[in-house]
Amino acid sequence: MATAQSRSAARIMIAPAVFLLLVWMLIPLCMTLYFSFADYRPLRATFDAWIGFDNYIRFFSSSSFLKSVVTTLWMVSGILLITIIGGVLMALLLDRPMFGQGIVRILVIAPFFVMPTVSALVWKNMFFNVDNGLFSYLYKFIGLQPYDFLSQSPVFSIVIIVAWQWLPFATLILLTAVQSLDSEQLEAAEMDGAPALARFRFIILPHMSRAITVVILIQTIFLLSIFAEIFVTTSGAFGTRTLTYLVYQRVLESQNIGLGSAGGIIAVILANIVAIFLMRIVGKNLDN
Amino acid sequence: MSIKRTLLATSVSLGLTAGIAAADSHAKTITIATVNNGDMVRMQGYTDKFTEETGIAVEWVTLEENVLRQRVTTDITTKGGSFDIMTIGMYETPIWGANGWLVPLDDLSAEYDVDDILPAMAGGLSHNGTLYAAPFYGESSMVMYRTDLMEKAGLEMPKDPTWEFIAKAAAAMTDRENEINGICLRGKAGWGEGGAFITATANSFGARWFDEDWKPQFDTEEWANTVNFFKDTMDASGPAGYATNGFNENLSLFQQGKCGMWIDATVAASFVTNPEDSTVAEHVGFALAPDTGLGKRGNWLWAWALAIPAGTQKQAEAKEFIEWATSKDYIEMVAANEGWANVPPGARTSLYKNPEYLKVPFAQMTLDSILTADPNNPTVKPVPYVGVQFAAIPEFAGIATEVSQEFSAAYAGQQTVEEALENAQEIATEAMEAAGY
Amino acid sequence: MARAVTTQKKVMWTALAWGFGLLMFFPILWTFLTSFKTEAAAISDPPVWLFFDWTLENYTAVQDRSNYPKALMNSIIIAVGSTLLGILIAVPAAWAMAFVPGKRTKDILLWMLSTKMLPAVGVLYPMVLLAKWLGVMDSRILLIVVLMLINLPIIVWMLYTYFKEIPGEILEAARMDGATLRSEIIHVLTPMALPGIASTILLNIILAWNEAFWTILLTTVDAAPLTAFIASFSAPEGLFYAKLSAASMMAIAPILIMGWFSQKQLVRGLTFGAVK
Repeated sequence: MATAQSRSAARIMIAPAVFLLLVWMLIPLCMTLYFSFADYRPLRATFDAWIGFDNYIRFFSSSSFLKSVVTTLWMVSGILLITIIGGVLMALLLDRPMFGQGIVRILVIAPFFVMPTVSALVWKNMFFNVDNGLFSYLYKFIGLQPYDFLSQSPVFSIVIIVAWQWLPFATLILLTAVQSLDSEQLEAAEMDGAPALARFRFIILPHMSRAITVVILIQTIFLLSIFAEIFVTTSGAFGTRTLTYLVYQRVLESQNIGLGSAGGIIAVILANIVAIFLMRIVGKNLDN
Repeated sequence: MSIKRTLLATSVSLGLTAGIAAADSHAKTITIATVNNGDMVRMQGYTDKFTEETGIAVEWVTLEENVLRQRVTTDITTKGGSFDIMTIGMYETPIWGANGWLVPLDDLSAEYDVDDILPAMAGGLSHNGTLYAAPFYGESSMVMYRTDLMEKAGLEMPKDPTWEFIAKAAAAMTDRENEINGICLRGKAGWGEGGAFITATANSFGARWFDEDWKPQFDTEEWANTVNFFKDTMDASGPAGYATNGFNENLSLFQQGKCGMWIDATVAASFVTNPEDSTVAEHVGFALAPDTGLGKRGNWLWAWALAIPAGTQKQAEAKEFIEWATSKDYIEMVAANEGWANVPPGARTSLYKNPEYLKVPFAQMTLDSILTADPNNPTVKPVPYVGVQFAAIPEFAGIATEVSQEFSAAYAGQQTVEEALENAQEIATEAMEAAGY
Repeated sequence: MARAVTTQKKVMWTALAWGFGLLMFFPILWTFLTSFKTEAAAISDPPVWLFFDWTLENYTAVQDRSNYPKALMNSIIIAVGSTLLGILIAVPAAWAMAFVPGKRTKDILLWMLSTKMLPAVGVLYPMVLLAKWLGVMDSRILLIVVLMLINLPIIVWMLYTYFKEIPGEILEAARMDGATLRSEIIHVLTPMALPGIASTILLNIILAWNEAFWTILLTTVDAAPLTAFIASFSAPEGLFYAKLSAASMMAIAPILIMGWFSQKQLVRGLTFGAVK
């Protein structure tokens, strides 16, 4: 029951957050937009404020653009797939009665606290490295040739690193969903002799669907902008150049701010398309 | 900034930032950005000495090479003014100097003896004859090889080998059973990693990046020969993951005794001959980088140098530091404390006249390598650019990084060498057109 | 009726869960072990597990080379500061959205989330120029504000979902009793929302702690946190696994310990409205 008074009070309360985010969004975004129409190459001391859509045309028509979009989609969906499936299984497992549940939970969520840079360094050097990595010892131990993960399965390697960091997050959210499940309903189904798989398919999974969409949404927001993991491991080589990384290369490696800014604007637009698409789904879920 | 002050005061009162408090008590503090290489880390260790002598305190920002480049480039192009001294290389110095972003080092004191800097280094760190950065250490590249394995293979390394000999020796030394690779070379993407190596190698095969009209040359036979030779040799005698190996990985392989030969930076010589880190310290020999008889060798020229960004308020103090860190006295001090093998090499002529230093096994070969590299005339055919393993134009770093990624993909077997060269040509052409050449 | 669980089953689940738990934790454990090895032992073939000469030399070497306490302090100030500032701004907004929803509420919420999609590097130059213009480069306050803004959408959204779960009737009952808006927030809402706020704080401290783009490019000395500290060890000349491990442990240990102690709290509140 909202009165007119509380309504205006509400408006005042929302205002700071909205205002700040507007400023945050608009000022850098407008400057980026401005640069994206400029020939701005600081190392050449070039600044030509208006060159029309040249930067956009160049960014779009470059062969690396489409490849980077495809790479981004592959990488994000790979990570989502692993974290969702793994998360569901892990959540179900952690919900079982066991000894030392608290400790196991701590072990499982620990990777979430690790800085992306650190985890990329650790995986790259101590696991994937073909000469000194643990995986190579494992391969040798079972009599196989060591496998160079980062050059032979580069996208997969990065997916593994990022999924390792985000699996705990998915597990936690899905675990709360599992725990909120009405256990009597489950028991009734068990009594009726419904097999485990059917119970999972018809009771547990539908109950988790909302949590799954939330995980997908939040993770996608973060995953579209993963950077450190690529920078540290492959530096964009071997087809691991995502759109974010391509923009990085244009801005910082080529020092072409105009071109990079155009790429940034394109990335924002694409990300928002993905966001709108996702929010449709989640928004529906948030309603009921 | 008053908020900053307040925060600072708070943290000081918390007693957790004794370092800042101490630094504040000095009249002047300079901030230096540097790379986390061994010689620079050692320099940091001597900071207190400098502060004692001059009363100038130093704040260090030590970053990994790639992050450092991002940080200092962003700072210099936006005139951020965060640093009083930046550690930059031979690639950046002439470009930044030409833009007027660096303080010219033309008034160094007489006792500093600026003419003592190796001409090759001074030349690479100058623009139009004005020195813009003082070399802290300089390097070329050379062959480092295992004398014991060479002997076992029944071969003898000439002082100036050809690529043909290197490939033959690599095949002979390879012993897969015992995890010995005949040769270890950089294949890692990045213009300063595999990009630098393949460019220097290409010079010795008669290839060049651009012709006189700035047209990229990856569609030439010379480039095809270079990349094919590299890949064939490495496939036959190189380590499994060579497409991702850079300086660090190869250094570690060599130190573990898993490489017969390694062609890389001359500064690595002191690491591979240091018995503390290297299991093969006793058995390392040196030779000039290989050639193919066309008159150019496959070695590069590089220096890590200290430069002062224009606009700093502390020019005098910064200069004082540079004179200290790149002086003869600094070299003497390091030699006295840690031995001659550990002094920063490749910067000063006088170092190579010092009989003590010449006893170091790699000293003469380092000098000879540096002297054979000529940034002003790097290739067999004429080129419009300066630089051995790079072309000193602003666009190069971006282009070369992408080109080297194509090559690495070919090394890893994801595409053929022909495809890689086609892509490289396309990338370079596109970027050079965009840049207005 | 509690489900009857045979001990045998429980043991089986325990074994399975511990197996997965250790697998997830293994990279951290391995880093931890490696940080106490000599460089030679760190890359020995075959790998050594527990029986090596444990040494602290890597930690002293790392400490000698850098100002760890200062970086740690900066990390704490920046992570905690940006989170608290964000909470301060987000609580009223989320409260209003949850209890006085308007037609545009959902749009505003979704728009806020979409601001998170800005690729950081795309706005790097604008940000650096702005920071320089305002004269706040390399200050903690700049990072506090920037990281607050980056995470604000997540904070608002998390709080919104918690507040929405608080039954409106309770608030109305309080209002009937003549509670003012202020006392409504302090005495009724806050206690009920506390678990949610706590887990929001925890999650955002983690996110701010691990942010490694702005924290490196906008700092030099005064405000450089642990992410910059780790960037000085990430690729030195040579592969120093043991020292890298020691530096890594020093960078992640504080947040790891915080996370472990507050694990229950974090789990309880980390729902994003995922559970009805």
